[in-house]
Amino acid sequence: MFNLFKFSSPASFYPLAGRLVTLFAIASVILLAIGLYMSFFVAPTDYKQGEGYRIMFIHVPAAWMSMLIYVVMACWAAAGMIWNTRLSSMMATSLAPTGAMFTFIALWTGALWGKPMWGAWWVWDARLTSELILLFLYVGFMALESAIDDPRRAARASGLLALVGVVNIPIIYYSVQWWNTLHQGSTIDFSKGGGVEISMSEIMLWTLLIMTFACWFYTIAVALNRVRSIILEREADSAWVKTLLKGAKS
Amino acid sequence: MSEWFAMGGHGLYIWGSYGVAALFMLVEVILVMRRRRSLMQRLGRMIRMKAQTDSEVSDEV
Repeated sequence: MFNLFKFSSPASFYPLAGRLVTLFAIASVILLAIGLYMSFFVAPTDYKQGEGYRIMFIHVPAAWMSMLIYVVMACWAAAGMIWNTRLSSMMATSLAPTGAMFTFIALWTGALWGKPMWGAWWVWDARLTSELILLFLYVGFMALESAIDDPRRAARASGLLALVGVVNIPIIYYSVQWWNTLHQGSTIDFSKGGGVEISMSEIMLWTLLIMTFACWFYTIAVALNRVRSIILEREADSAWVKTLLKGAKS
Repeated sequence: MSEWFAMGGHGLYIWGSYGVAALFMLVEVILVMRRRRSLMQRLGRMIRMKAQTDSEVSDEV
């Protein structure tokens, strides 16, 4: 039987991650090419927002990824704190920069979308402010993690911050329902009675989904590549790293 | 063609969004790959140095 726990040790996870990086990088590039083509050449002009709505195809995936990566990061941090597994906190560390980057892209593209549609780059409403707090949480996590020299203590302190910060995620997600806001409602709304309500054409939805998966696969490829470096840095003195590097040399 | 780039007057906002997003993703990929390359070089040097001192010690004995 396939033994999942085998890969919870850095030594056996390292080569697996290497293969997955290649796989997800290729998948991401293909999906990005298709998604970008659809974003600009296939998806029709919006009847209300004209061409400007095309920012959605990068803004919404980036915003989704910013929240998803945070939840995944917090789960790894929690796993690391509960089971004291080295790899878990390394995964959390590895995900944070990519999460921060997508949060910034969501804020940046949001500002460039807000200006032509609302007439303002920025407003201090619930959705925008809570997303900005998410960026601070990522930055705080990375700063705290790198400020403490002992990896175990660093993982515990930053992990705790990540877990407390999870409370911000539902606030971002439901902010457009809970408060009066300039930000438009969810494009895909699961809260309506009788299933999902989608307020856009089918081709727009497909474009959005393809771009989302492209960003998702990008994140997996980058985070796994980064975690491989973190593994080697932290386990540089262990026997398996020495054998691995000697094997690579000769 | 220039009409397409103008995006109905929203060109600046659209290209500003996609341009910055592409730049950040590209830079992140480069940084991750560079970190890995320099790490492999550093670890390789460490191992060669270790092998050298080991052989010197065995010569003396």
